[in-house]
Amino acid sequence: MTTIAAERATEQSAWRGFLGTEWRERVDVRAFIQANHEPYEGDASFLTGPTERTREVWERLSAMFPEERRRGVFDVDAATPSSITSHRPGYILRDRELIVGLQTDAPLKRAIMPNGGLRMVEKGLAAYGYELDPTVRTIFTEYRKTHNDGVFDAYTPEILRARRSHIITGLPDAYGRGRIIGDYRRVALYGVDRLIEAKRAERRRLDEQPSSADVIRDREELAEQLRALDELKRMAASYGFDISGPARTGREAIQWLYFGYLAAVKEQNGAAMSLGRTSTFLDVYLRRDLEEGRLDESGAQELIDDFVIKLRIVRFLRTPEYDELFSGDPTWVTESIGGMAEDGRTLVTRTSYRYLQTLYNLGPAPEPNLTILWSPRLPEPFKRFCAQISVDTSSVQYENDDLLRPRYGDDTAIACCVSAMEVGRKMQFFGARVNLAKALLYAINGGRDEMTGEQVAPASPPLTGDVLDYDQVTAAYDRTLDWLAATYVDALNVIHYMHDKYAYERIEMALHDHPVMRTLACGIAGLSVAADSLSAIKHAKVRVIRDETGLAVDYAVDGEYPSYGNNDDRADRIAVDLVESFMAGIRRRPAYRNAEHTLSVLTITSNVVYGKHTGNTPDGRRAGEPFAPGANPMNGRDRHGMVAAALSVAKIPYDRARDGISLTETVTPAGLGRTREDRITDLAGVLDGYTDAGGYHMNVNVLDRATLLDAMDHPERYPQLTIRVSGYAVNFVRLTREQQRDVIDRTFHGSL
Amino acid sequence: MTTRDEVLREAAAECRAPEASGAGTGAVHSWDLSTGVDGPGTRFVVFTGGCPLRCLYCQNPETWRMRDSRRVTVDELMTEIEKYRRFISVAGGGVTVSGGEPLLQPAFTGELLHRCHELGLHTALDTSGFLGDRASEALLADTDLVLLDIKAWNPRTYRALTGGEVSPTLRFARRLADLGVPAWVRFVLVPDVTEHEADGIASFVATLPNVEYVDVLPFHRLGAAKYESLGLPFPLAGTRPPDPDLVERVHAVFRAHGLRPR
Repeated sequence: MTTIAAERATEQSAWRGFLGTEWRERVDVRAFIQANHEPYEGDASFLTGPTERTREVWERLSAMFPEERRRGVFDVDAATPSSITSHRPGYILRDRELIVGLQTDAPLKRAIMPNGGLRMVEKGLAAYGYELDPTVRTIFTEYRKTHNDGVFDAYTPEILRARRSHIITGLPDAYGRGRIIGDYRRVALYGVDRLIEAKRAERRRLDEQPSSADVIRDREELAEQLRALDELKRMAASYGFDISGPARTGREAIQWLYFGYLAAVKEQNGAAMSLGRTSTFLDVYLRRDLEEGRLDESGAQELIDDFVIKLRIVRFLRTPEYDELFSGDPTWVTESIGGMAEDGRTLVTRTSYRYLQTLYNLGPAPEPNLTILWSPRLPEPFKRFCAQISVDTSSVQYENDDLLRPRYGDDTAIACCVSAMEVGRKMQFFGARVNLAKALLYAINGGRDEMTGEQVAPASPPLTGDVLDYDQVTAAYDRTLDWLAATYVDALNVIHYMHDKYAYERIEMALHDHPVMRTLACGIAGLSVAADSLSAIKHAKVRVIRDETGLAVDYAVDGEYPSYGNNDDRADRIAVDLVESFMAGIRRRPAYRNAEHTLSVLTITSNVVYGKHTGNTPDGRRAGEPFAPGANPMNGRDRHGMVAAALSVAKIPYDRARDGISLTETVTPAGLGRTREDRITDLAGVLDGYTDAGGYHMNVNVLDRATLLDAMDHPERYPQLTIRVSGYAVNFVRLTREQQRDVIDRTFHGSL
Repeated sequence: MTTRDEVLREAAAECRAPEASGAGTGAVHSWDLSTGVDGPGTRFVVFTGGCPLRCLYCQNPETWRMRDSRRVTVDELMTEIEKYRRFISVAGGGVTVSGGEPLLQPAFTGELLHRCHELGLHTALDTSGFLGDRASEALLADTDLVLLDIKAWNPRTYRALTGGEVSPTLRFARRLADLGVPAWVRFVLVPDVTEHEADGIASFVATLPNVEYVDVLPFHRLGAAKYESLGLPFPLAGTRPPDPDLVERVHAVFRAHGLRPR
């Protein structure tokens, strides 16, 4: 038999019973799902609890978590730069695991990934009492340049000033950019050999083109992708699996898919290493196993539980500064669940339920970052189950499937918190965010920093007069924002040029089509502070208080002003205008590799750090006070309840902020209803209403302040208390004290 | 600090005050959106100003006096409600007129309920029933649900607790039953003060076929700060919220009468 014929024979048996033809001819997982998935409209009653085996594996890990929490890291391999094949196989309980594979040779042992930047590695190690292996240091200082080195070779003095003054923060210039989702399902459906074949075909098409700089770079990248696919096979082989052919059973499908993902998290410490949209894909395999009698429901759940255990222990070595920005050790193993297909069928399957069931079987947890693609048209029992999960665990987030589907189709997944991308077809250049509130202060101060007095933005005449004039302020603000947008895009272009060059995501990109669509994902923080400040200037009287050098350092507000977050157009319109005009500013600056500019209104937990580095603002906020997270109204200023606040946020047009608009709502249980049933019904109703109003994203916490206060004092009693912050979830007890305070100080909606 | 007697005299005056002049104008303290608290689903809640009672456990003393409220027209409120109509229709919910005591301003409250009803919104009236006689047949016809506070059963307890009489509330409850207006009875459970009232209330409510639920609301002290800022004594400052056992015992009392406490 020829190789091709043998391959085809393997496919025949692996694909037994599957329908459809398009996906057989070319790599197209969506077509496979459309031809084979079985919508599930029933309720959760079929689900099963954890097996003895699941409990045993999870308890083994759980016993290690307190130690990890105490020391910050459980263990680190400080001598082996991580790659797909760098580490020997590792296990939790070798003979009890159904799905195998760890990032290093032991659970919770973190790896070093110096390609992003050596300083980050050294600082991360030092913070936890480890020292970098001297040979590694030599290699990455004398022989091999890192992404971080490259970026700082090309930054301009202006970018450096903007970065130092914190008007631009969190840039991925010293760590992996992340937010790229490999289509890990391809590994299961096709096997690696077929993917290699497809990549070779893409490469052949490139070989026919003249060798321009762009084409040369693409050829080199494809060569790297091919190399990575080969390494993927070798890594799987080290665990005793031959994944050159397609998966033949549900267990193999999960294992193959997980190997693909595992290769990515061995190779990259991207800020967000999201999984994609895998539950309905895997459901096709699990259903076939159930029909063939290979599995029962408990067996199917057990496989998902074991898979999710692995996703819960993805770890990266970070620095304390990084943790301050993105606290709680998040990895954003985001998995998108549910949604509707373009033909009107639901994409909810029994395995969508099984993924959510892990929050009961293993207890609440921040990772994987389970994300519901919500539509009012989802099956009612599924909506209720999701709402129930929120009421019980506060562990899931919601994104508007009715906004996503018409724009990107029905095989779209969320990377990180709110960034939508068509799986395997689109990637993004992650761009962190700029501080809109600080930019307003720069406009007032002629480009000088309100905290240091340093001239950061180009010098312009500062605003004079005792009372701020709205028209003068907005004119100056527009100029400042134009400068900021240009400087920001310049910085991102440098970063992504260097990231591609020195820390290219080989395996993740091997699981994308070529050519890939790219977005340049810009972001803003401090939207509500800026909007309220402008509203105060417009509707009340804001007097300026200057220091002896003429720097405006404080403001006194006389009178009332409408604030963002009360469904009041007088204030909400200002926020909408800000987003629209900043987006327009960004678009004026061309993006690296012709990426499409996008914008997010998302802070993650950096709202605390941004606030710390921003002086007094004209809305009455004091210097150092945290901003509201994401697109949230400022704490306490949304005076008409959760729904009014949500409707203000829903006015921000998604088409001007295509990288996502984040809203975090915290409501007391009593604030949703008298009984658990009422709470479920009411929350599902609120999600329907918010989605219908065009709201994009909602984190829902159903919590009492008293619980959080008790958890601050007695962390040992709340090891699994999970709360949603902007775009992800964290173990509350792993937040810094400052961030815990911020969460507790935020508005809790609901009756007293 | 004001004495209880002064507080009660003021309440009586509140009761005699004429309704705001001008058709379609009322004294409104504030409005809010709430979910699962003031009737089913997500609701636009209008808190009217002024109340004829002075309940010892009241958590909203800022709504006691009409003159502390704003004059607002029904048209203005409808403009605000219109912004939420779509949301409420998708999410499930409606409009609740609460207070204060909405039946202190029956013409205004009636018109507000009528206008909402015309829009197809579910309407609820949150009342002590003390001024139930002021609710016209038309007003009740525009009311889909009454949230009826029965604060105590024993007239002496009721008087001591609220400064008013219990009989008008019971009369109103009976009338709602006769008219078939759905009702949720609300009972604030205060240890010692009201815990022994549950049985009497339960035996009465058991005769009202229109009552769907009995909401047992555990007393809490979270409104104490408001009293302080208003310069009023908070009479129950030393009273503790009921413990879960007591709440469960009171639930059992209502259940024993065939009712649905929650």
